[in-house]
Amino acid sequence: MSASLTLVVLMAVMYAAGVYVMLERSLTRVLIGFLLVGNATNLLIFIMSGRPGSSPIVTGTSGQDMVDPIPQVLMLTAIVINFGITALLLALIYRSWWLARLGDEGDTLTDEHATESPDEADATFRSSSDDDDAIAESLDELERGDGATSDEDTDGRNAQVARPTDAVGRADASAPAAGDER
Amino acid sequence: MTALVPLVVCLPLLGAATALMLGQRRRLQVMVSVLSLAAATVMSGVLLVLVDRFGTAVVQVGGWDAPWGIVLVVDRLAALMLLISALMLLGVLLFAVGQGVVDGDAETPVSIFHPTYLVLAAGLFNAFVAGDLFTMYVGFEMLLSASYVLLTLGGTGARIRVGITYIVVSLVSSLLFLSAIALIYGATGTVTLALIAERMPNLPADIQLILGLLLLIAFGVKAAVFPMSFWLPDSYPTAPAPVTAVFAGLLTKVGVYAILRTQTLFFPDNQFSTPLMIVAALTLLVGILGALAQADIKRLLSFTLVSHIGYMLFGIAIGTPLAMAATIFYVVHHITVQTTLFLAAGLIDRVGGTTSLSRLGGLLKSSPLVAVLFFVGALNLGGIPPFSGFLGKFALFQAGTIVGDPVIYVLIGVGALTSLLTLYALARAWNMAFWRPKKQIKNYTSSMSVPLVEDPHDEGMVLKKTISPLMVGATLSMLVLTLGLTVFAGPIFDLSTRAAANIRSPSTYIDAVFPNGTGSIAESNVGTNFEGGAR
Repeated sequence: MSASLTLVVLMAVMYAAGVYVMLERSLTRVLIGFLLVGNATNLLIFIMSGRPGSSPIVTGTSGQDMVDPIPQVLMLTAIVINFGITALLLALIYRSWWLARLGDEGDTLTDEHATESPDEADATFRSSSDDDDAIAESLDELERGDGATSDEDTDGRNAQVARPTDAVGRADASAPAAGDER
Repeated sequence: MTALVPLVVCLPLLGAATALMLGQRRRLQVMVSVLSLAAATVMSGVLLVLVDRFGTAVVQVGGWDAPWGIVLVVDRLAALMLLISALMLLGVLLFAVGQGVVDGDAETPVSIFHPTYLVLAAGLFNAFVAGDLFTMYVGFEMLLSASYVLLTLGGTGARIRVGITYIVVSLVSSLLFLSAIALIYGATGTVTLALIAERMPNLPADIQLILGLLLLIAFGVKAAVFPMSFWLPDSYPTAPAPVTAVFAGLLTKVGVYAILRTQTLFFPDNQFSTPLMIVAALTLLVGILGALAQADIKRLLSFTLVSHIGYMLFGIAIGTPLAMAATIFYVVHHITVQTTLFLAAGLIDRVGGTTSLSRLGGLLKSSPLVAVLFFVGALNLGGIPPFSGFLGKFALFQAGTIVGDPVIYVLIGVGALTSLLTLYALARAWNMAFWRPKKQIKNYTSSMSVPLVEDPHDEGMVLKKTISPLMVGATLSMLVLTLGLTVFAGPIFDLSTRAAANIRSPSTYIDAVFPNGTGSIAESNVGTNFEGGAR
């Protein structure tokens, strides 16, 4: 074996801690456990590259003093995959926390816009984007500190017609907030 | 011919991207996903014919030669798995489209469902064509990530609850697989299957044992092998019907495929025969005993799914070419019949308003077509002659008696018992749900219904829903496919015999990947990490 002992000890500690935390009931701890075990596995791959050496291809000149590049490639891929899964898990944990807080109601909560036709839904989104524009305008006014309000109404309407795609995103973002109010 | 190999993986991925961009335009999106899966099906069919005729197809991705670059390999086994899984995916997709037409997409929101489903398909195909362990891992991760999304579709409380169990279990098995890859790399200095196959026999026996067991445990969790099967009957039935069908048919079989591939390539001497047999017997028994206690049809089917994985392990454990051929035939049979039955259960759910046996009745009168679909599928799964289930088991038992070990005779007994108990469980489901008149549902007393346990997540009676012709058509064509497996069992068994001969001699695989031999590949890294490594 020519790997660094520090890395091996670190890996072992991370595996142990990760498995321990993963066995807890709380989902956030399970996630932390997964992250620890995942990174311990990455370290394991790294340790498998053997003895240290100069960076491959860039500075290394011969096979003798280069470090093995393949484990680094494998590690990078594994890190990216772990990152994606972590994001998904976080979303699920948030969702499960949300359902737990609302109890059974969380399941039966109906979508306010479920029965609307596409046109009506569009109108809803448009009106909420009107609200956003109105708030933005009044904030602007506050900053400017003057009372010139004669033609801003028409300006606002033009602005929201020009950005219809923007409105959909905002309406989605406001949906959980509506649920929280119940 | 080699251009088809990466295309089979890339086309569903491209379809997924296109479907995601067409999220607002449902008809176009449906068309894109159906077309890309149909094209993948045709391509895998062509691949199977070509590979069968001209031998293994090998693609060095990016022009990098085998041990350095990614290599994709399609031999007869991989091509057969590609074709059958593409057919299943296409059938279930049509069922889902039919369900979406009736339900207005509330259950399977098209904008998310179709792209995710296509990513699942691409991951599956990638795992089948992978020529190195790490590409196989990436394929597994692709299909698992997609399955996480599909299982928690809609985000209701029940689905999140079981979804998180499923995800954590899958993650642990993925990390085990990744650790196994790291250790194998340390021991052999490569992740290419063909090169590992050549270097593994030179390793000390104890290191071989550790690596083999790690791989078996990692794939065993995915294939739902006892005692790592507890997660499956809980998580599968909660998902929407088409999702459950595709999970049941295909996801566990990827695990079986991986076991089949790694065991035959890395451990051609079949060192793990005895532990595999014990595990196979326990999987068969525990699974089917679980099925006997279930009142819910979907849970019952999930338990039979776990149980029948045992047959495939049994075949792998015997390890003779005939046993391998029987295993491959059984995998193909089981994929089709299990998917069909889960789709039929989805139809029962809609026409009966529930899948609980204690509340179903009179379905034979009210919907005879669904009854026929379930009945023929159940007979096939139970192993009634002359269906393919009987033929697969018969070939398996025959391969066992030729070897003639006492342990194998015990296993044949367990297998026959499991087959009978499967038939009993399904016949009872048939009796209660279809044959029993509707008036008898209340105050029903029978010795059959005493041990039944209700689904813990049972939601009671829900609204009955109409079924569209497309849904029935999709299920019916799957059923016809299972019958086709029976009618054309001869040619298909010949094909699986040839596939088995392929995988039983690892040198065929190694020669296909390294046509000029492996002598020129420096073993610079081998043995640097383990004392007494392959050097």
